[in-house]
Amino acid sequence: MRRRGIFYALAGLALTAIAAKHAADPGDFKRPESGGEGKLYGIGRAATAEDFAKHQYLVGPKGQGLPKGRGTAREGRAIYMQSCAACHGPRGEGTNDYPALAGGQGTLKNDSPLPTIGSYWPYATTVWDYINRAMPYQNPGSLKPDEVYAITAYLLSMNGIVAEDYELDQRTLPALKMPNLDGFLSDPRPDVK
Amino acid sequence: MSRSKFQPDHIDRRRFITLGAAGLGALALRPAAAREFGDPRRPYGERSPFERATRTFGTSVTPGTGSSRTPLQELYGTITPSALHFERHHSGVPKIDPNAHELLLDGLVERPLLFTMKDLRRFPSVSRIHFIECAGNSGREHEGRPGETVQRSHGLLGNSEWTGVPLKSVLEEVGIKPKARWIIAEGADASRMSRSIPLKKALDDVLVAYGQNGEALRPEQGYPLRLVVPGWEGNISIKWLGRLMVTDEPFMTREEAAIYTDLMPDGKARWFSFEMEAKSVITRPSGGQILDGRGFYEISGLGWSGRGRITRVEVSTDSGKSWADAQLDGLVLPKAATRFSLPWKWDGGEAALQSRCTDETGYVQPTREQLISVRGLHAGPDGFNHYNGIKTWFVHRDGKVSHA
Repeated sequence: MRRRGIFYALAGLALTAIAAKHAADPGDFKRPESGGEGKLYGIGRAATAEDFAKHQYLVGPKGQGLPKGRGTAREGRAIYMQSCAACHGPRGEGTNDYPALAGGQGTLKNDSPLPTIGSYWPYATTVWDYINRAMPYQNPGSLKPDEVYAITAYLLSMNGIVAEDYELDQRTLPALKMPNLDGFLSDPRPDVK
Repeated sequence: MSRSKFQPDHIDRRRFITLGAAGLGALALRPAAAREFGDPRRPYGERSPFERATRTFGTSVTPGTGSSRTPLQELYGTITPSALHFERHHSGVPKIDPNAHELLLDGLVERPLLFTMKDLRRFPSVSRIHFIECAGNSGREHEGRPGETVQRSHGLLGNSEWTGVPLKSVLEEVGIKPKARWIIAEGADASRMSRSIPLKKALDDVLVAYGQNGEALRPEQGYPLRLVVPGWEGNISIKWLGRLMVTDEPFMTREEAAIYTDLMPDGKARWFSFEMEAKSVITRPSGGQILDGRGFYEISGLGWSGRGRITRVEVSTDSGKSWADAQLDGLVLPKAATRFSLPWKWDGGEAALQSRCTDETGYVQPTREQLISVRGLHAGPDGFNHYNGIKTWFVHRDGKVSHA
């Protein structure tokens, strides 16, 4: 019991320091104090570089998490034809069971809109992230960063967003402005009165 | 003290003994019929072989994707049996060894930590009943192709008792940095499904769950670990949870920046439309069932709201011309399915059965016409999401119940 008491006392001290730091910060919600009644449970172990290495890239809209690498549409075309075209069509037009990846710009107000990467997706980083995590369908996670950059470039070139030789990398990919970037609104519901 | 003559203690004791003796005599005269000995004990139970309710799903060229639907028309009460809970997968159901499974919690935190399943079970646990509904549930109703059965029209719904750790407890353990506003959750399925969740919600009522209806999660429901994000579209309750990363902004994953969005008639789309609005449906009598002659039936169904408790369910048998208050049966819990019922005498004529629920915010379930007058009929990348209109079942003179 005595040892546990010391543990809580130490944890309490550490937390007081954290709480004090937090108190001065702005925030739109009340940040909780750690460990229920101001105590840490002391569960879990510190994550190491080895643990992080087991996880793949989580990519954000500003390019957070993008790995080093590069690729152009010209390079991506061959990989696309081999790994993607069977389902998404040679020109990204889609098939019965799989979505179109290209085209559809200007159709969103039509009776039959065609939402694709080019006509709908607001961020180019989403394309990289999704291909890297989930494609090709039968073998997700098998592509190397350079290949993902190249396929992303090819899909964006199909949609007229980059030229065939435009090089995508950690810096240029998040800098691209997608055509439908301003096409999204926050949730207005309840919208039926 | 007046007792009814129908109460058992009114029966004359001597008469009772006489009846009993006569009964025994009759038994003795009857030839002994051989009785078949029953089945032995078994370590893990199965339902009766006479029971046939199943999840249903269409064929798919990619069997690992797609969804299966809960047979709501066959279920009682509010809890969805785990084996019948709807599924939605993007790359198949992974087989994960819980002894090898870990949850990484990193990003804008004071102490990035790794938790094993044993670690997570050491935290104080909670059990809560919540529905999980796919954003696309009833999307065909929106489109104008009403489902033939309630399984078809509303079967992407389940309601379970989930057991786990409040996400808040785990976040407190790692310590959230001041700039933190969102959490990116990632599954350990082959396609590493990922979504961004506002930190405010994460600290409110989100669970890191390992239990479902008293036992471990089913593989289809995220074994060994999943998020349960109460009241919000099912997709955000990431299954096979492997990583949570605290960030300052949403990461615009494909599911939130493209798929689970709502395209409006002006060409703009709503995004981060998380809440599943109040919705109800009659499960008995419902499409595909047949009424066995005129007379008494109990109209019964489910109501649920992502914004809190169901406070009222009304039922109409004349296509919404008149309404009667249904009874709310059993537990009425926030962000959980609630069973309602109304006694009904079928006169053998045509009837159009509808239910309409109200939740504790005062929101009333709308009609399809009300919804499409605002939201139109523009299918987004994944069809229609977040539809919660009133559903009609038509009772025909021959007792058949149908969707049209």
